[in-house]
Amino acid sequence: MNDSTDSHGSLLKPAKLNTAVAVQLVDLNKWYGDFHVLRDINLKVMGKERIVICGPSGSGKSTMIRCINRLEEHQAGRIVIDGVELTADLKKIDEVRREVGMVFQHFNLFPHLTVLENCTLAPIWVRKMPKNEAEEMASHYLKRVKIPEQANKYPGQLSGGQQQRVAIARALCMNPKIMLFDEPTSALDPEMVKEVLDTMVELAHDGMTMLVVTHEMGFARQVADRIVFMDEGQIVEANVPEEFFAHPQHERTKLFLSQILH
Amino acid sequence: MTMAEGDLAVTELAFVRHTTIAPRPPPATMTGALGWLRANLLSSPFNIALTILIGLLLAWAIPEIVKFLFIDAVWTGSDREACLEFVQHRAIGACWPFVWERLPYFIYGSYPISERWRVDVFFVMLAIGIVWLLWLNAPRRDLGAIYFFLILPVTSFILLTGWSAIGLRPVDTVLWGGVLVTIVVAAVGIVCSLPLGILLALGRRSRMPTVRLLSVIFIEFVRGVPLVTVLFMASVMLPLFIPEQWSPDKLVRALVGIALFASAYMAEVVRAGLQAIPKGQYEGAMAVGLRYAQMMRLVVLPQALKVTIPNIVNTYIGLFKDTTLVFIVGIFDLLRTIEVARIDPKWATPVTSTTGYAVAAIFYLVFCYGMSRYARAMEARLTKGDRR
Repeated sequence: MNDSTDSHGSLLKPAKLNTAVAVQLVDLNKWYGDFHVLRDINLKVMGKERIVICGPSGSGKSTMIRCINRLEEHQAGRIVIDGVELTADLKKIDEVRREVGMVFQHFNLFPHLTVLENCTLAPIWVRKMPKNEAEEMASHYLKRVKIPEQANKYPGQLSGGQQQRVAIARALCMNPKIMLFDEPTSALDPEMVKEVLDTMVELAHDGMTMLVVTHEMGFARQVADRIVFMDEGQIVEANVPEEFFAHPQHERTKLFLSQILH
Repeated sequence: MTMAEGDLAVTELAFVRHTTIAPRPPPATMTGALGWLRANLLSSPFNIALTILIGLLLAWAIPEIVKFLFIDAVWTGSDREACLEFVQHRAIGACWPFVWERLPYFIYGSYPISERWRVDVFFVMLAIGIVWLLWLNAPRRDLGAIYFFLILPVTSFILLTGWSAIGLRPVDTVLWGGVLVTIVVAAVGIVCSLPLGILLALGRRSRMPTVRLLSVIFIEFVRGVPLVTVLFMASVMLPLFIPEQWSPDKLVRALVGIALFASAYMAEVVRAGLQAIPKGQYEGAMAVGLRYAQMMRLVVLPQALKVTIPNIVNTYIGLFKDTTLVFIVGIFDLLRTIEVARIDPKWATPVTSTTGYAVAAIFYLVFCYGMSRYARAMEARLTKGDRR
């Protein structure tokens, strides 16, 4: 691909969390109309922990991580992000969104802005960073995700894998404490998956706190500290990867694993 | 290229390519003038028939128009005698001396002759502002925006209405007319309707029920009544409720009416654009921490407005022509001044009306076609490179 020649460097020194617990979900419940989509979710994620969330489609895994930066509203229970509890308070929501980066299945890059502008938009307008400083930082992260030469192109001119790496760089430019990944490789051509996963592995090695919704079990095995399996809006099973794959306990987990690990 | 080594023969089951096929130029029938003719004018029997039909239509219409406007036209003269067939004993086309003599009236209306330089200055200032703003590579377009939206309105207002303190004789708007009024009404409508329309569109999509309800009521009410009614209400009914000394000028009332009317239509145009923006764009913007106003201004509206440029310009063109309706409340726009001039006995000939209307048609055509061309160029520029 477009690998730059510079030696392997860390993506960043992740910003330090204020509290030991990065994300805490307590009795989280959410409904879409009458549909009970999240049921009594309890999850505690420590700083620097890497969590992979998997489960069948419709199990509520995306909804759960979208609650963490309030793209979805929860109706009952508590969500505490690095000591800040998410409520309807807009200030709190802004505060959390500044510290939590998110990468989406469909990238959600801004098509009318260049790659560089995509990366500098939030630092300039949200962090009030001077433009040249923001651009310097954006170039740094674009180099780290190995696409510095695409900085002045528009997202539409890049491949899916490149776009997703730009999306990761865009999130990193806000210097987040926690990163959320919502099926980051599901919309990619098979040949593009590896380049994105490599970037995420590197990020994990740098000590970023990560919550990743994915079906990439190889990635889960490689970097996850814990795997959380969800079904029908509930956490069915959670364990370290070795145990999760070797000795799944719940029948639903066994079925799921037998379906995806051929 | 013939069957070379490595090309697949149908009978073979296994195949490995050993040579790469180099790209070749397309066949000659696809390129050049011939290719264009084939593709665009002669691609099917129906298309050929259409080409012939349109060719005949143009062959019939264009000579007639040229004949009227130029060949049979009268170029000099001082009154109707010059343009009368039974006086001149020849076919008579457009009566240009009539237009020439009444041109100042068409441009300034009854604006005092000694003060007409003020209108000229206004036209020049407006032209500078428009070029500065619309020419995308112009230097310091930020200053251009300040000039156009701040300096220009204030100075034009002072210049055109007058200010005794600095020696500009006040000119009542009743005296304004012609192109001046048409341009003022159109410019105010065009400049005010977009921002108002955007606010209304955002209001209509707001999550706050009161804001949404107010926006819906305004939009649906204004769209539900004809512009003529709005103008009538502004100029006839408003004075019934407001004491005369507080009542704003008749032209101002019409301007407000037109701006509000156009903004309701603009709101629906912008709303269509907003609905075309995928939810992911909002989520992407929120996830990086942008607030609502920032998200709208930096991410959503630039994209929404871009996809609605054709519709925005369509609304502008409609608005530009709708300005002629101000005649109904006694304001003398270009068309009204032509209407008045064409029944002047001094120029009463069979061709006077046609000539006058031809002038109006050319004026509106030039402006509307100009807007349309500019929008096309802008679209082409904006869509370059940033397709999803």
